[in-house]
Amino acid sequence: MSTTTTAPGSSQAPPRPPDRPRDRADRSARRRTLGTAFVYAVLAVVALIYVYPFLITVATSFKSDAEAVASPLSLVPATWTTAAYERLFVRSDFPLWFQNSAIITVSVTIGRVLINSMAGYALARLQFRGRTVIFAGLVAVMAVPSVVLLIPKFLVVNQLGIYDSYAGMIVPLLADAAGIFIMKNFFESIPRSVEEAARIDGAGPFRTYWSVVLPMARPALMTLVILSFQGSWNELAHFIVASQDPELRTLTKGVAQLASGALSQGSQYPLKLAAAAIMTIPVVVVFLVFQRRIMNVTTGAVKE
Amino acid sequence: MTSPDVFVPASLPTVPRRRRGGGVRGREAAAGWLFVAPMLVILGLFLVVPVLMAAWVSVSDWNGRGSPLSSSVGFVGAENYRDLVAGGGLATQDFGISLRNNAWYVFLVVPIQTALSLFLAVMVSRKVLRGRGFFRTAFYFPSVTSSVAITVLFLFLFSASGAVNRLLEALSVNGPNWLADPRGVVHVVLGALGVDAPAVLTGNGFVGIPWWQWVAGPSVAMCVFITMAVFTTSGTFMLLFIAALQAIAGDVEEAATMDGATSWQRFWHVTLPMLRPTLFTVITLGLIGTWQVFDQIYTGTQGGPTKTTLTPAYLSYQASFESQQWGRGAAIAFVLFAIIVVLTLLQRLILRERDTPPRRRRDVLVGVAGAGGARGAGGAPDAGAVAPTTGTEDRR
Repeated sequence: MSTTTTAPGSSQAPPRPPDRPRDRADRSARRRTLGTAFVYAVLAVVALIYVYPFLITVATSFKSDAEAVASPLSLVPATWTTAAYERLFVRSDFPLWFQNSAIITVSVTIGRVLINSMAGYALARLQFRGRTVIFAGLVAVMAVPSVVLLIPKFLVVNQLGIYDSYAGMIVPLLADAAGIFIMKNFFESIPRSVEEAARIDGAGPFRTYWSVVLPMARPALMTLVILSFQGSWNELAHFIVASQDPELRTLTKGVAQLASGALSQGSQYPLKLAAAAIMTIPVVVVFLVFQRRIMNVTTGAVKE
Repeated sequence: MTSPDVFVPASLPTVPRRRRGGGVRGREAAAGWLFVAPMLVILGLFLVVPVLMAAWVSVSDWNGRGSPLSSSVGFVGAENYRDLVAGGGLATQDFGISLRNNAWYVFLVVPIQTALSLFLAVMVSRKVLRGRGFFRTAFYFPSVTSSVAITVLFLFLFSASGAVNRLLEALSVNGPNWLADPRGVVHVVLGALGVDAPAVLTGNGFVGIPWWQWVAGPSVAMCVFITMAVFTTSGTFMLLFIAALQAIAGDVEEAATMDGATSWQRFWHVTLPMLRPTLFTVITLGLIGTWQVFDQIYTGTQGGPTKTTLTPAYLSYQASFESQQWGRGAAIAFVLFAIIVVLTLLQRLILRERDTPPRRRRDVLVGVAGAGGARGAGGAPDAGAVAPTTGTEDRR
């Protein structure tokens, strides 16, 4: 950037005889300033395209039905109304959906953190026969696309008699090969010496894992928490195939049915967008709180 | 964190460990199995067993009542598969249409999202950029929100008198009624040029629908979902590219600048080749992801208008849960799986082939190594160049 400051220096140039390199530096500096302005302009436009729809969501949720249709682009409602939110919270099952989503998300997140970190630790550090086979199996299992498993999962959930229960909605989501990989990679990156010191002090593998290794793994655990939270909060397909009881409806399922006209006559955009806005809040909070970590997730995950 | 306090020289522990010998090893093995047990049970129960069970259902006539393992369920061989691919009935037709829809979706989404995410990553990775955090957050934001919420939003934006059509109106363009418009985009363009369906294409077909329908392009409604996919996934892939760009040492680019390369040349000849492993990952993940469109269709259009947003994943759900044709639903899932595997392998082969520098290619032609050898030879230099990013590639 330092060259930019010399950019106006073209006026200083005349005293000297025209000197090739300087001239070229000047021109390239000017071009760079122009280039920078161009980059900002492009980025600003793209950012606007990415952010504006979400602003519309929030704005429209406070509009009346008629206004939502009449002026879909405006960000300030002509008349503010909370009718959509009242309808959602007072006269619909929305709070129940929210509660179900919260129960499932918290259970899945805790379960995944435990299972994944244990398995990751074992695969990274503990010597036992069959480890390589398990690892190979894990890689193979990861290759199966989740949508392909939609019907198969229903078959097993049904066969096990946990269809239409929290168990049927939570337990299958605990299978998370990617999380195991993240944990395994992390455990391989920390020095062995710490655990071995604990072992000399007479701590068994479980003790070592619980009070020495796990506290050290906080960054990787955070990554896992974020990914699990997002994944299970936003999950839809599995809940569709694992339950049909309205009492067990989650936010994603409830709002999806709302979108296809379950609760409404006519379009009722403010209602739908209010629901969409509220279901986005928890992930946004997690996103903003852990933003730095999210932005580093891929770096951490990719590191071997 | 406790780690610095407890740090102990690495050489110390080996002695006592030796002394205890087999006891520790035995205990460790037991602990190892104990630690992986929950994972094994859950992955086995909800990934391996389901696949086996679905494989059975796909060759059975189970109608959804009772257990698919009961003795009243009959074995029908490959009938479900035959119905899908060559039956000629409604099942074949629906499956063909869903394949057509999804193929166009993949064909458009994968290149656009890859290019856009790379573009965004390069833009926000510039060394001098104020507000980098804001831009990254803005671009990544759609990726964290649920597909249901985004679909609800897009249904509103693309409604007949919605935001998008208002914008088009401002440009004095008459926007279509997006989500209710089943016309194929290619057909619309050809129609505007005065081209009508040639008899060759209407007479013959593939998987139950005529060629003329295959080349119809995505319907206007499907274009909404294509836009949505690009909108929601470009942020995620942007992060992958940013990580890879950070891994490229600055001095390589500096050296190129010293040699007089313009920024475009630098990007094209230095940066892009070094990004190849990540590019590969992004395309692979894109291919896998775009063949699995379900949430958006379930929330948005349920396959309409006139089945032009039907996808194999949604069709599989519909066949099973709505029509109680479980065998067919499971068969669709397996065909979809096969498509994803074959396309991924194909993409691997094509991209690796192009990677191979001329000298190596000749070696391969001379040798009897075949495709496997070419892949190994082509892949190795890249893997060495940007080591940190190769992990993801292997993992998928």
